[in-house]
Amino acid sequence: MSETSWSERQKSTWRANVGLAEMLKGGVIMDVTTPEQAKIAADAGAAAVMALERVPADIRAQGGVARMSDPEMIRGIQEAVTIPVMAKCRIGHFVEAQILEALGVDYIDESEVLTPADERYHVDKSSFKVPFVCGCRNLGEALRRIGEGAAMIRTKGEAGTGDVVEAVRHLRTVLDDIRRIQHLPPEELMTVAKELGAPYDLVVEVARTGKLPVPNFSAGGVATPADAALMMQLGAEAVFVGSGIFKSGDPAVRGRAIVDAVANYDNPSKLAEISHGLGEPMSGQSVAAMPDEERIAVRGW
Amino acid sequence: MNGVVGVLAYQGGFQRHIDVLTRLGFPARQVRDPESAGAVDALVMPGGESTTIGMLMERFSVLDVLRRRINEEGLPVFATCAGTILLADTIVGSDQPAIGGLHIAVTRNAYGRQIESFETSLAGEWIGNNPLPAVFIRAPIIEAVSEDVEVLLEFEGRPVLVRQQQILAATFHPELTDDTRLHRRWLKEFVGLG
Repeated sequence: MSETSWSERQKSTWRANVGLAEMLKGGVIMDVTTPEQAKIAADAGAAAVMALERVPADIRAQGGVARMSDPEMIRGIQEAVTIPVMAKCRIGHFVEAQILEALGVDYIDESEVLTPADERYHVDKSSFKVPFVCGCRNLGEALRRIGEGAAMIRTKGEAGTGDVVEAVRHLRTVLDDIRRIQHLPPEELMTVAKELGAPYDLVVEVARTGKLPVPNFSAGGVATPADAALMMQLGAEAVFVGSGIFKSGDPAVRGRAIVDAVANYDNPSKLAEISHGLGEPMSGQSVAAMPDEERIAVRGW
Repeated sequence: MNGVVGVLAYQGGFQRHIDVLTRLGFPARQVRDPESAGAVDALVMPGGESTTIGMLMERFSVLDVLRRRINEEGLPVFATCAGTILLADTIVGSDQPAIGGLHIAVTRNAYGRQIESFETSLAGEWIGNNPLPAVFIRAPIIEAVSEDVEVLLEFEGRPVLVRQQQILAATFHPELTDDTRLHRRWLKEFVGLG
């Protein structure tokens, strides 16, 4: 077993790439589909934007194959704002990732929200200079993605529903998994690694440190300031909001309120002020009533 | 000086600064409202998104308090990256909410996008024989400094660490490495602690 930590064994770009995730902490990363929306997001106080063709609620409603966005649209968004611009590639679609890197996006989300291009393998993220974020539902999935080179993890939730229940489930599961392995004797960790399907050295490191070696953000179903603050109080370090802002009645006002809520997530009286007069939230779709085949979060191997 | 060190804690790399200060024996107070902004004896302004942090300071009535405390009352400050942008008198091409008072001009994201972010080590008389590891993340460039600003460290001929009276300002991220020399020297020489 190596004496050094996972982070110390990575390439020189690793610290700068995890560092950008560190600089996004306490922030809100907003899905946007046009330069105009990106401007609204930046003016609301977004720490970064995620450029994509359709927000997850529309991908659900319209069906079809969801792919990487048109480079022209991504360029337009890069020109519209000064904050970091992220974009999504399909799971396993390393050429989409190459194109996004060539466009100079600041982070690539290898995302279950798009239609997977490979049903067995993810992108080898360590072969890229640009950093990646990936979704997870549990510790094993998080550590597989980190093992492939992800510099940021987000719990998946169920994107495009406006129902926070899966985001809560996935974050609690990851944190419970970490707490569970922390007090195990060393001889049990190899079997844990086998059961989690996770790299052994990362399991050993997490058991020792009690945290992931990269920042852990939350995503999927956040629709209100209270939802965002809930994820922060549960232990998320920042929040991705997809459909919750631009599918609501007043995106500028709601976007700002969610930014304010994440910055004041542990202050109920501030949250009460922040939460009133926001107009209609996105209508939403209960995950409990959703057929299994419509669930996005199960994508990822 | 009773020595309460604050860290501006709306958004960005504040926890890493708090971790460093705690390791050095100075548990930090998070600053997110006018009361805490008025109460601390020294302040760390972390990296993050300067537009986001500036807006939140304005929305929660901290911007004016800090402007008065830093520029009129001489509150000791250690600013990194976005923190340095928020203290700069001139942010090239931007009218974002900011504190000002540090007599420099900065350009945001001046090295380029994230793929141009990098890690290096900085040498110079001020830091001594042992080079300082430095991580630059979508970093600003200090384009100009006025004559009352002392340039402490340079990279590629540009200032990356400067001092103006009680303000220490870096364009990189000392909190992301294990080298705590800048925090220690700031506490000792700028704040009078440690």
